[in-house]
Amino acid sequence: MQIHSPGSRAITAVSILLAACVLPMAAHARPLRNEGKLLLTNGVATVEGASGGGLAPWATIAGNETKDGIGVSAHATMDELKDYQYRSAGVAVGLFNRVELSYARQNFNTQKIGAALGLGQDYTFKQDVVGAKIRVLGDVVYDNPLIPAIAVGVQYKHNLNGNIVRALGAKQASGVDFYVSATKLILAQSVLVNTTLRLTKANQIGLLGFGGDRNDAYRVQFEGSLAYQMSRRLAIGGEYRMKPDNLGVARENAWFDGFVAYAINRHLTATVAYTDLGSIATINKQRGYLLSLQAAF
Amino acid sequence: MFALMAASALVMAPVSATPPYAVPGEEQVDPYTPGAQNAGATPFAGEGMARAFHGQEGIRRIVESFTRLSYDDKVIGEIFFKHDKVRFKRTLFEQFCYVLNAGCTYSGRDMASSHKDLGVQQADMNRLVELLQQAMSREHVGFAAQNRFLSKLAPMRPDVVKR
Repeated sequence: MQIHSPGSRAITAVSILLAACVLPMAAHARPLRNEGKLLLTNGVATVEGASGGGLAPWATIAGNETKDGIGVSAHATMDELKDYQYRSAGVAVGLFNRVELSYARQNFNTQKIGAALGLGQDYTFKQDVVGAKIRVLGDVVYDNPLIPAIAVGVQYKHNLNGNIVRALGAKQASGVDFYVSATKLILAQSVLVNTTLRLTKANQIGLLGFGGDRNDAYRVQFEGSLAYQMSRRLAIGGEYRMKPDNLGVARENAWFDGFVAYAINRHLTATVAYTDLGSIATINKQRGYLLSLQAAF
Repeated sequence: MFALMAASALVMAPVSATPPYAVPGEEQVDPYTPGAQNAGATPFAGEGMARAFHGQEGIRRIVESFTRLSYDDKVIGEIFFKHDKVRFKRTLFEQFCYVLNAGCTYSGRDMASSHKDLGVQQADMNRLVELLQQAMSREHVGFAAQNRFLSKLAPMRPDVVKR
């Protein structure tokens, strides 16, 4: 990585923000508390490792801890699409229900399509995503029902297939996304609403690189989640995620999902979703079932 | 305003005349001015919520089991340990009954005074919510109605969680 790449600058900015947020909290140290959060209020891991609704990051902080503790979580996700196979796994740390640090590795296996595209059978696009998120104000569950929790986040994405994504037309192999999310569980209706605005240049969230012949500028994208809480353990919902369409040879579409999330116990959450990821790498109608397991402490 | 309320309290309770901070059979608390605003939430309109909680009888059962669960709980039991159980049950019943529009007035303290110095942490409040959910589920209150009730309690957090 070059010293002055956008990624390293973003990471420096994040470190400074983190220091500013975490140091004062550590200063008035109290014994840490365990197992503080209500079920499901840590969200589920998104495909990029941040906590949220699966596709869109929420203004939640990963792990089971409140402002008096440090929580951790880990996840594994698989999405069996019509022609592709998506896998991701990651870990996240939630500091004092304020700051979230996350890492995820994404593997996107092109299976037979890889051979057809001349990349080779089972050619796999791989990406590392390092994320940081800070809840700026509000609470997902408590306080004024009209004021949502609001968080800002940054995701540094490093695609490990630089030569191939450049050959496809991507301008860069790494990129940084910036987002702001507002999330509230409206208890009176048992409905959770999330809206996210993301600044990004990513092609297929970065799996096909960043920027392209059609556009190489940051664009604002909208992501939304709507969920209904059926019980303490069970929530159903749907999500929508707009994406840029930068590559002339591989057009892309917005993503949709419909999900069921179930808190098996205080530490384990299972999510099953039907996903519609549209066209990916020239092949249309990539729909299929996603299964995600999350362990949180 | 306060004089008016004090006057109306006198007019409404001329017979027993025991102030709600010194009820016989309960530990006395510091004097305060009673009033509906102390409940910390406005009541629901209509009778739907009172029905969902099975009226005053249902609310009484919920308060009973919620109190038992809370005093016995290994996480938050120690917060309740020294707390007058008789007064707690009476005022909590009044508050729930008032907010659910089941035909009661609330005579207890406001949320800030009643939680002052209890040292409630966020994890304690979350545990309390879980125990209340258990109590409501035992009474077979539907989950949507449970959440609707919690929507009246959730905004009270700043007065409850003080550290």
